[in-house]
Amino acid sequence: MLSATGVTFAYDSTLVLRGVSIDVPEGGLVGILGPNGSGKTTLLKVLAGTRKPTSGSVFLDGQDLRRIPRTVVARRMSVVPQETQLAFDYSVLEVVLMGRYPHLAAFEIEGPQDYELARRALEATGTAGFETRPFATLSGGEKQRVIIAAALAQISAPAGSPAPLLLLDEPTAALDLAYQLEIAALLRDLRDRLHLSMVLSTHDLNFAASVCSSLVLLRDGQVLAAGPTDEVLTTRAVRELYGVDAEVHRHAAAGHLVVTPIRRSLASAGR
Amino acid sequence: MTASRSLRRRLAVSLAGFGGLAVASIVLGPLVGSTSISLRRAFDVSVPFADNVDAQIFFVARLPRTLAGALVGGTLAAAGVIFQGLLRNPLATPFTLGVSSGAALGAMLAITFGWTLGSIGLPAVPVASFAGSIGAVAIVYMLSRARHGGLSTNTLLLAGVTMNAFFSALILFVQYFADFADTYRTLRWLMGDLDVSAYQPLVAALPLLVVSFALFAWLARPLNLLSLGVDSAETHGLDVRRAQRVAFFSASLATGAAVSVGGPIGFVGIIVPHIVRAMVGSDHRVVLPASVLFGAAFLVGCDILSRTLLAPVELPVGIITALIGGPFFLWLLVRR
Repeated sequence: MLSATGVTFAYDSTLVLRGVSIDVPEGGLVGILGPNGSGKTTLLKVLAGTRKPTSGSVFLDGQDLRRIPRTVVARRMSVVPQETQLAFDYSVLEVVLMGRYPHLAAFEIEGPQDYELARRALEATGTAGFETRPFATLSGGEKQRVIIAAALAQISAPAGSPAPLLLLDEPTAALDLAYQLEIAALLRDLRDRLHLSMVLSTHDLNFAASVCSSLVLLRDGQVLAAGPTDEVLTTRAVRELYGVDAEVHRHAAAGHLVVTPIRRSLASAGR
Repeated sequence: MTASRSLRRRLAVSLAGFGGLAVASIVLGPLVGSTSISLRRAFDVSVPFADNVDAQIFFVARLPRTLAGALVGGTLAAAGVIFQGLLRNPLATPFTLGVSSGAALGAMLAITFGWTLGSIGLPAVPVASFAGSIGAVAIVYMLSRARHGGLSTNTLLLAGVTMNAFFSALILFVQYFADFADTYRTLRWLMGDLDVSAYQPLVAALPLLVVSFALFAWLARPLNLLSLGVDSAETHGLDVRRAQRVAFFSASLATGAAVSVGGPIGFVGIIVPHIVRAMVGSDHRVVLPASVLFGAAFLVGCDILSRTLLAPVELPVGIITALIGGPFFLWLLVRR
């Protein structure tokens, strides 16, 4: 559904992505893993269309992203940034209603159905009680869920519309353990109930293993490996990616792979 | 409290409230002053205008001045809102990006070198000040685009602050060699004054303001999205570059026009948006119209004070706004 082929991206003269190809199938939950500076965030931005690839292309349903009007893209695909700091103080409901922007004409005011969709998005993320609270007064985890609600309100479309997409940049980076599990449960729920396709970048191997159906391992702006989580996430992959010796095993109670880092790898190449 | 009500309701309530204030101040403006006038006599058409002192005070001394106050106050407040939204910085003012210092340079040159524009039929100082503001805006815009092609708000801020300092230095340089009388006139201009006794400058500024305000209305929602951050605004479907450009040029144009009428009257553009936001929330669709109305009321009110406080001496209104605005601004800084 969303795919990138041979994407290269450079900030000034620094190459950040070198010929990255990635495919996000409908209903897929793809995790982008990689060490600091491997190009995860940039890849998400290129997929979202906020950075134009230096070469290569991103396709949405086979159509070049650059050829699709930005409001059309926005109605279909929304992005949850790592952190959101508002320049001014808006209420939670106002923030979620901003998600309706691409659905409204230039001077149109949000109607009852926009409020309805916003409230439903707040409910889906467990933030319905926050409606009138100033966004700035929320905790990190609450903010994250409200921003996910805004992203849901943005891609809410009438039945029969093409499947929506959600891109998340390190959704658990600023969150404590409980919130991390909560976000993981929320993402699984969104995939199962709303049939969202998702791409997320993360540092957290165990978080990725718990939610992602497939992974893309990124190192120095290149794809090291890609495929189903159970096949890609191996001891060898962790060593090559981070230069860390780790144990990867399936945890019976959790029901997914779990990575236990042991030590920095002596044989680590390039780190 | 404010957010739970629908936008339409909030808009209606704040337009009624701030609109009432604006109308009240504009009605009061021409009635108050160092000499008391009789309205009956001012509107008495049986007395020829040349012999009707009350009518002259009302229509020549006070009404244009009051209207100028409303127009300049409303414009500076709205431009403040736009610049704060564009720069994502609640401490920005209409003068942050160099518009006023360019205008000051233009006005100072016109005063010092005694330029006249008799052939166009417009006074030279407002025209030169407007030209100066446009020049400053053009320079700042080109500087901010020199890197990355986009409109970097950081570069905009730096370029604006630097231009302010540079133009001020140029003004001081010329003033050092200038005639005392001209220096005094320049200083008076810099204080910001609504000493307008004709309708012509207002009529000249009006078309610019109409165009700017139409663009402001379009900008209200884009500015809401820009509060989320540039990238987020873009992924919400906003053409960020276009919105930034429209915001920069419309607010600069409006500020240039307002300054050409009243000089660089400070603090209106920062106090008014902050008070308005504290009362109606941050949605620019409410903040902008409410700021226009409250800005008008605020400046007309300050002008009434400036004319009555030390009557018969008339203070430049910029001194009143600064005396009120300075402490307010500090309180704002400490509170943040």
